[in-house]
Amino acid sequence: MAACDVCLRRTWLVERVSGYLEYQRHRVDDILSLEDQLLIEFWREIAERRGVDDELESEYHDFGVAEADLARERAQAAGLELICACDAAYPERLRRLFGPPAVLHVAGGLRRFIELAQADPVAIVGTRHPTVYGTEVAQTLGRGVSVSGLCVVSGMAVGIDAAAHRGALAAGGRTIAVLPGCAATPYPKTNQQLYDQILRNGVAVSELGTGTSVRKWTLIARNRIIAALCELTIVVQGKPRSGALSTAKLARRVGSRLGAVPGSVLVPQSEGPHGLLRDGVVLIRNPQDVLDAVFGAGSREVLDPVLNGLSEDQRAVIEAIQSGVDTLSALVSKRVHTGDTLMLLAELELAGCVRRATGGRYVVTA
Amino acid sequence: MLARVTTFAIDGVEPRRIFVEVDIRPGLPAFTIVGLGDTAVRESRERVRAAIQNSGYEFPQRRITANLAPASLRKVGPGFDAALALAVLAASGQFDVSRLADVAVYGELSLGGTLRWAAGTLAVAEGARRHRVPALVVPLSQAREASLIEGIRVLGVSGLRAAVDAVTGREIPPMPLAALPDGSGAAEPDLADVRGQSVALTAMEIAAAGGHNLLLEGPPGTGKTMLARRLPSILPPMAREEALEVTRVHSVAGLHRGGLIATRPFRAPHHTVSAAGLVGGGNPPRPGEASLAHRGILFLDELAEFQRTAVEALRQPLEDGRVTIVRGQRALVFPTRFMLIAATNPCPCGYAGVDQRCSCSEIDIKRYERRLSGPLLDRMDLLVNVVRPSEQEMRSAPITDSATLRARVIEARARQQHRLAGTAASCNGELDAGLIHARVRLDDDAVAKLGDAYLAGGLSARGRHRVVRVAQTIADLQGRDLVTGPDVLAAVTLRQQVGATQSMAA
Repeated sequence: MAACDVCLRRTWLVERVSGYLEYQRHRVDDILSLEDQLLIEFWREIAERRGVDDELESEYHDFGVAEADLARERAQAAGLELICACDAAYPERLRRLFGPPAVLHVAGGLRRFIELAQADPVAIVGTRHPTVYGTEVAQTLGRGVSVSGLCVVSGMAVGIDAAAHRGALAAGGRTIAVLPGCAATPYPKTNQQLYDQILRNGVAVSELGTGTSVRKWTLIARNRIIAALCELTIVVQGKPRSGALSTAKLARRVGSRLGAVPGSVLVPQSEGPHGLLRDGVVLIRNPQDVLDAVFGAGSREVLDPVLNGLSEDQRAVIEAIQSGVDTLSALVSKRVHTGDTLMLLAELELAGCVRRATGGRYVVTA
Repeated sequence: MLARVTTFAIDGVEPRRIFVEVDIRPGLPAFTIVGLGDTAVRESRERVRAAIQNSGYEFPQRRITANLAPASLRKVGPGFDAALALAVLAASGQFDVSRLADVAVYGELSLGGTLRWAAGTLAVAEGARRHRVPALVVPLSQAREASLIEGIRVLGVSGLRAAVDAVTGREIPPMPLAALPDGSGAAEPDLADVRGQSVALTAMEIAAAGGHNLLLEGPPGTGKTMLARRLPSILPPMAREEALEVTRVHSVAGLHRGGLIATRPFRAPHHTVSAAGLVGGGNPPRPGEASLAHRGILFLDELAEFQRTAVEALRQPLEDGRVTIVRGQRALVFPTRFMLIAATNPCPCGYAGVDQRCSCSEIDIKRYERRLSGPLLDRMDLLVNVVRPSEQEMRSAPITDSATLRARVIEARARQQHRLAGTAASCNGELDAGLIHARVRLDDDAVAKLGDAYLAGGLSARGRHRVVRVAQTIADLQGRDLVTGPDVLAAVTLRQQVGATQSMAA
């Protein structure tokens, strides 16, 4: 498995015109679906309008084996493996795009990526400014989906994306991060730690190669890969006209299904998913809803190994928390069980069944 | 002629013996004071001159030189006035110089010759006893405070003339009445005012019983401050030694006049307080709020609003029970063995996680949390999320009252004191690693559970010790010495967020 010269030339071309694409008004996926020659035409228009004299065209024609080998070497030096659209193992779903990424740069192992891409990947995306509720839901969904053997795909951005990845990490780390820049460097940089954790059992992929910088349009180009890579895209929180909603639109265009998590009507972060729900997308409340959406209602159930083997008292506490009796005070005053509440909670927390969220509320991690 | 009399300077909270030497020689009339005094000491020349003349004595019209020995120690404040005046009178032959050999004198003079209050009388009395000075002349208003120290004769006098009479034995003032505890009558707010909050009450009981630090977190108006203000009402009474320590610090700071302070101090500095104001400092160094809260409670309301430097400065005092302040060539030690109680909101708007009203983003909350110092949070033994009581709880009777809890606290403390007899610690909160090893017994289950909690990753090594301390207190409250598994688990739950939440951090 590797990348062919033609696909590497295409990648080189996209990287080369990357800066010019920043200043145009067309839709990103339309531009990326242009054939090489048309893309060069498109570039020439921009370049002429701005009076730029560039050798791009001759460079394109000079791109040969040596240049392709150079690109391969660079990728290898950065620890990336390559797969191009000509390869049979290239994820089938990506071909639904009009302009699928010519080459995918994979950090964390190509074999692992192909395996994960076949494991019913589900995209969980959302705003970079979530509320506590949004973060919790994203994390819970990420973990629940991951526990059930599905792969979580997201963009590793701050907020919902990171929470979804973290949820998947808590359940073994089968997750794909699609990055807007180079797959060998985390974006944003502050998520370095998360990036390292993802690479232990998951992968990071990108369309562009080493040394490319992140631009506004590459973020949207990244979103189209997320949307196309998955059969189901779930929007947790996001304002209208946000990146998360752009992913949803792109998912519609490639014909994959959409889900949205309802939220409080009082916060603007809920407007995006609520708009989607009004249009009739799948309602997602918990990991079970995701499984129902992917495999059909009732065909598979969330099986959480952690929740098996709990004592009756511990189960009572879990059920109470799930029913909304989730603060220490409420649990103590309801006396839903016989044992000592403090002790049971500590046991559950140490076993990883519950965790404490902001405001001292307990959240069942499953 | 030369006269010499003992007085004391307050160095931090420690008394330092000072000899006031006065030499009178023929020459042009002059009055010089040497010995590293501050402005108040220099001005004392005028007070002494006027007080002597207005008391009906003669101020010698000769060359007077006064020295405050040792000359290397900086002397601050007007407390040397009385000693200077008596030494001048003795040196000028108005009474017998030898009368000053066995007496210490402390107090400020007014121009009319009356003796006025000066800060730190209790520390002075302690100094007198330590240096075996048999008698101590103090202002009448301070006689009760000085008489708290046994083994010295306290001569409470109203003015310079009475002081001379007392020193010369012409008229010995009566021994002041044994000091009564002060302020015990003040009605403290009672926990019976609180509705609901069963978890918070449990945590407060544990905190009071073991002297642990407590963080109250919750939305505005749920009763964090109300609970904290009622904590003193369930604390055990102070032992006499402790009360003396507290009285000494407050006396030195000039905040207390009269007898013994019997109630544990409750200090609630405003969040604009500086680091120096919190742990002590300035020149001359004064005790800060942490020292004024010695043996009592330091309450930091709205912890996130405090200046970072001020809060960070509390770390060492919390751990050591004292703070060392270095000024020039001197290092001063102030005692700071207090319980830290802090209250904070969970996010900028205050309602995070509790109410749908909160629209703070994850980043806002992280930024807010960052204002709470991690190392300080690690030193908080108990974290309670105070929630809004339900309507039903608001209408029902209070869960408990202060008297009930206090009785349980006193019992638990007695158990601790018995176990810790012969050590430096007096309660579980003061246990250091060595004492935990030597005096705390955990059963096998407890050891295993502690190991689980440590492996889960949310505990620091210090946190582990703190969990053991709290677990011991929980056992004490149940009348057991042996710490069991459930005690450890309860302590873990009441501590901060363990393990899993680490992954929440962005």
